[in-house]
Amino acid sequence: MAANSGPLLAVEHLTMRFGGLIAIGDLSFTANHGEITSIIGPNGAGKTTVFNCITGFYKPSSGRILLAPDGPADAGEVAQLTRSARRWMKASNGSLFLLERMPDFEIAAKAKVARTFQNIRLFPGMTALENLVVAQHNALMRASGWTVLGMAGTRGYRTAEARTLDLAKYWLEKVDLIDRADDPAGDLPYGAQRRLEIARAMCTEPKLLCLDEPAAGLNPKESSDLKSLLRSIKTEHKTSILLIEHDMSVVMEISDHVVVLDYGEKISDGPSDAVRNDPKVIAAYLGIEDEEIEQAEAEITR
Amino acid sequence: MPGEGERRLTFAAAVKDAAGTGLLALGLCIPIIAYRTHQDMSNRLVLQERWQFVAFAVLAAFAARLVYLLAPSIALKPAPRLRMGGESGAAVTVFKLVGLVLLFAYPFLTIAMVGPAGAIKWVDNFAIQILIYVMLGWGLNIVVGLAGLLDLGYVAFYAIGAYAFALLSTHYDLGFWVCLPLAGILAAFWGILLGFPVLRLRGDYLAIVTLAFGEIIRLVAINWVDLTRGYAGISGVPRATFFGLPFDDSEEGFAAFFGLEFASIHRTVFLFYVILMMVLVTNWVTLKLRRLPVGRAWEALREDEVACRALGINTTNTKLSAFSLGAMFGGFAGAFYVTSRGQGFVTPESFTFAESALILAIVVLGGLGSQAGVVVAALVLIGGTELLRELDWLKRIFGAEFQPTQYRLLLFGLAMVLVMIWRPRGLISHRMPTVHLRQRRAVRGDLVGEGHG
Repeated sequence: MAANSGPLLAVEHLTMRFGGLIAIGDLSFTANHGEITSIIGPNGAGKTTVFNCITGFYKPSSGRILLAPDGPADAGEVAQLTRSARRWMKASNGSLFLLERMPDFEIAAKAKVARTFQNIRLFPGMTALENLVVAQHNALMRASGWTVLGMAGTRGYRTAEARTLDLAKYWLEKVDLIDRADDPAGDLPYGAQRRLEIARAMCTEPKLLCLDEPAAGLNPKESSDLKSLLRSIKTEHKTSILLIEHDMSVVMEISDHVVVLDYGEKISDGPSDAVRNDPKVIAAYLGIEDEEIEQAEAEITR
Repeated sequence: MPGEGERRLTFAAAVKDAAGTGLLALGLCIPIIAYRTHQDMSNRLVLQERWQFVAFAVLAAFAARLVYLLAPSIALKPAPRLRMGGESGAAVTVFKLVGLVLLFAYPFLTIAMVGPAGAIKWVDNFAIQILIYVMLGWGLNIVVGLAGLLDLGYVAFYAIGAYAFALLSTHYDLGFWVCLPLAGILAAFWGILLGFPVLRLRGDYLAIVTLAFGEIIRLVAINWVDLTRGYAGISGVPRATFFGLPFDDSEEGFAAFFGLEFASIHRTVFLFYVILMMVLVTNWVTLKLRRLPVGRAWEALREDEVACRALGINTTNTKLSAFSLGAMFGGFAGAFYVTSRGQGFVTPESFTFAESALILAIVVLGGLGSQAGVVVAALVLIGGTELLRELDWLKRIFGAEFQPTQYRLLLFGLAMVLVMIWRPRGLISHRMPTVHLRQRRAVRGDLVGEGHG
């Protein structure tokens, strides 16, 4: 899948208004198959709003969010789908999804877009293992014949449940929480909760993983572990990642592609090196340039 | 909490504090207890003084406060965590087995002890009534305890089950075993119907709407006179039969068929086993569902609804399934109520808000989501208040006018206050995980979510 050309996610002319406030104004960007795409920007730039639009928690005011998980989308078919009232279609090159038309749970279940939250949202009263089992709800629900076969305890359901546990165990090992599998998620330390939330999102077997500030509050060791985890998700699991992050060491090191937002608009877009040296980005982060500061100071003292 | 060194110092202070409590009790008792009015023969209002009661209440308050202050080791602090290790697993199984055997032997034990005539009260008023409430509690536990949806109108489904049973059996002449599942299905259907409009609501708003739903059902039962005969209620609902054999003294009756002497306890014992089986099935279904994806989704919904949606769980269906299943058990209980305790008679009076509150109290007191907790709470709240009827000897202390049953609600409130102090999350607040890798350890109650509706 990594060999696919063409974007996995294409956000086009996305606008999100809250009353008179324009949180995102005419934003367009793409995220490619098998890449880590980062969205950065100062506080209040609209990054989480973009996430909420992509994952269906907000209905965008206008714009199109196209997900083509199986390969490059054919422009004609995309136009056809957009004209129709449908939310997705089976195209010649796999399925196409118009995320702005889909409710949140359907985006996760059908379009296979998983997400984590800026303020961790685990199920604190359930164990780490249970958290990962709940994440596989839809697969297990089908296997349990919408509960009928499950009540009967058929072999099909039991094997499906065993598979569920295997996947959960795999991810617990991967995020180094296997020893705490039977501990309630609410009892885990902060960094472990962050890792568990990523593992839980991965248990839905997503095509696109959206991470909202996964490195927030982590110490340097945990940050570097996170980097290798994200790299392995990208390469071993062929899951593309959309990342919101303030920790520039994480962003610059692992991103294939960086999109910079400020006041709801895109101010820069490209590989991490190019973005890092973009004067507009520097201005957005540091305010104004040094000479201007000197000028301003001179004016004040005068 | 005073330390060891401070304890002697605090004795005088404790007495002083307790005296203050006594004074407070005195202040409260003067308007409430000290005077009583009643009409004499010539219809005059007579003021009666009851200072002995006031003295008793004040002394009781003083003593209780003193004991509380001087016994910090049993002071009101959260009870220690329950440890549910692997080694206690066998003990728990044995305990459950013994309990089950005792439960099955209960009617015969009571007959052996107090004779068939005296046993009716103990089987009907106690066991059957408690079991009905256990069933209602378990049904509501699915909605409130597992899915975290606060439902204040659960009695509506109890009423729907009861009326469905009564109407079906009187109008269509259907038997108990046909009407029972139909009543449950109808209640489940209404659960879904209620579920749809309230899906968007959370917390307080959900509670208010479900409360209104409970009242609507009751008012419909009162005012749709053509169907329900209003306040008069539906009477003459056929009583339960032993798979076709009526419990009467006729030739075709149960007693004659089995060559027994006719006794009304036969029906009661039969009904006891029917509700016992219904309760056990309810428990089995609920425990089984908890381990299935639908049950885990209920609990996940209670923990965090937003996270559920981010994981692709259809929260609408999840809530509806919880509502309808809870409603179904309520419907079963309602249908059973008509033939047993209702004596074949249904009126809207049986389904007031107080009933909803009582069922919710059982669930909350027992501990949200805990099956065993519901049983304990139903035993205490229903069995306890029934036991008050047995306290006639108290009349010797307080005089012939003393009615222990009048203090039912007082004790009810006291139990609530005590449990909320000692165990704010209910009697059994911990949660057992539905799946484990190495060791099944209980999750502390304070970590478990309460749901936001």
